[in-house]
Amino acid sequence: MHQGDKIAPSKRDSQPRVSGALVYRQSLWTRATHWIWAICLFFLLLSGLQIFNARPNLYIGKQSGFAFDNSVLSMTAVNTPGGRRGVTTILGHEFDTTGVFGVSGTAEKPQVRGFPAALTIPSYRDLATGRVIHFFFAWLLVVTLFVWFTASLVNGHLCRDLRPTRGDLARLPQDIADHARFRFHHTGRYNVLQKLSYGIVFFVLFPVIVLTGLTMSPGLDAAWPWLLDLFGGRQTARTIHFVVMTLLVLFFLVHITMVLAAGPINELRSMVTGWYRTDPESNDGPAQ
Amino acid sequence: MNKPILTRRQLIRLGALGASSVVLSGCDAFDLLGNRSSSVRDIVAKANDVTYYVQRFLIGDALAREYPESEIRQPQKPNGSTNPQTPEYLALKAADFSDYRLSVSGLVETPKSYSLSELRNMPSRTQITRHDCVEGWSCIAKWTGTPLSVVLDEVKLRPSARYIVFHCYDSLGSGRAGPAFYYESCDLADARHPQTILAYGLNDQVLPVSNGAPIRVRIERQLGYKQPKYIRAIEAVSTFEDIGRGRGGYWEDRGYEWYAGI
Repeated sequence: MHQGDKIAPSKRDSQPRVSGALVYRQSLWTRATHWIWAICLFFLLLSGLQIFNARPNLYIGKQSGFAFDNSVLSMTAVNTPGGRRGVTTILGHEFDTTGVFGVSGTAEKPQVRGFPAALTIPSYRDLATGRVIHFFFAWLLVVTLFVWFTASLVNGHLCRDLRPTRGDLARLPQDIADHARFRFHHTGRYNVLQKLSYGIVFFVLFPVIVLTGLTMSPGLDAAWPWLLDLFGGRQTARTIHFVVMTLLVLFFLVHITMVLAAGPINELRSMVTGWYRTDPESNDGPAQ
Repeated sequence: MNKPILTRRQLIRLGALGASSVVLSGCDAFDLLGNRSSSVRDIVAKANDVTYYVQRFLIGDALAREYPESEIRQPQKPNGSTNPQTPEYLALKAADFSDYRLSVSGLVETPKSYSLSELRNMPSRTQITRHDCVEGWSCIAKWTGTPLSVVLDEVKLRPSARYIVFHCYDSLGSGRAGPAFYYESCDLADARHPQTILAYGLNDQVLPVSNGAPIRVRIERQLGYKQPKYIRAIEAVSTFEDIGRGRGGYWEDRGYEWYAGI
């Protein structure tokens, strides 16, 4: 089955509003794995913040500095005459984050914790459960990535849809300009910014977040000691894990914004049913 | 044709509304997973068995990384119980552990007990390793002690022995049946691993009370809660059923996974 090859006649051709053909753009593999990732990343993020809260500090190096300072981020609570204040320190710069980071909850019942209850699973402090949930969805994510990669290699999704061509790269400045103006071209194929951002997510962010997660495992460190050298020690790996998480959240926000701006019904339909309505001028799918 | 009660568009809107309400209501929607006797939690926790088998397959006999002397940049951070107050321990400490005996029993051919000087006169191993706390921090220190395998070879495990249990003098709280003493356990692969030692020395000094005097266990390929301090006795068993709440360790009984290699 080749995406983009199947074209169904538009049901709306007779209607006054002109729209292009429906093309089959997303294979079942792509759609199924996409939604499993959505669920995985939701639970991984919120259970990960629960785990982070057990030690709301990030360090650079092989160990955490207690008698020396190698901290790059901390979320703490300090006592002031006016009550508890939340203080977040990033690379030596202090920010008052009362109510959000360090101290959250209500004024009557302030809670000392890194991330607030609304951002952690479970909502209360429970590292054991956070870990149980995190590792379950970590396995699910890795298995789904493997399934997606194999299927995409076999059905051509990787080479046909995700690999940027020379023509794509030449169109990059134009594509950036179009996106900046929220002007979208609905074709059977991904545009170059999509290809690049999906490529970075799949071939940089996902592998790095999985490998840095494994570097935090004392068992895997014994099996694969090169992990420690690759990421500069267990604590640096933990910091990179957190940074990549932030980048994935950023990707998610941009992704949702783009779906909303490009027409959420059409975009969602293609990710649910596989069928995507193209612009009238590009009935043949790939406008290349 | 009748108008559909729910159009596709409405359905999508409804779905989005439902999804956002779950997110906005905070995550107490998933607090049920914290319930230790929930069957959903049991299913989710099965992933830990996968981790155990995959890691055992991948790791084999590999050693945990050992670091150069220059990486010892700070004292070993004490954590958990740091000054046990049980009468037996206070009495031992008052006599500088001269009366201490480490009993080794259970599914063994010849049960034995060891004084501190006997342990110190046995073959020893010194290693500079990284202690990884389940909370997320790490600390590098030099540990010296008797390899557990030396002791196990002396008492000779029976074929039915599957796990080694470490009973401790410290308690982190009390239950209905009195103080809940700390305990831990490991399988024979970890028990016989060359880096698994009964440590009596830390950073070239006698192991201090805050870090587990007179004896603590080091199981270097697992997290900090698998490194029990203030060891009272070692027992070879075939199951955890009759110990604590039956899950193989103090924290395991409270929801943490038994295999702490991650």
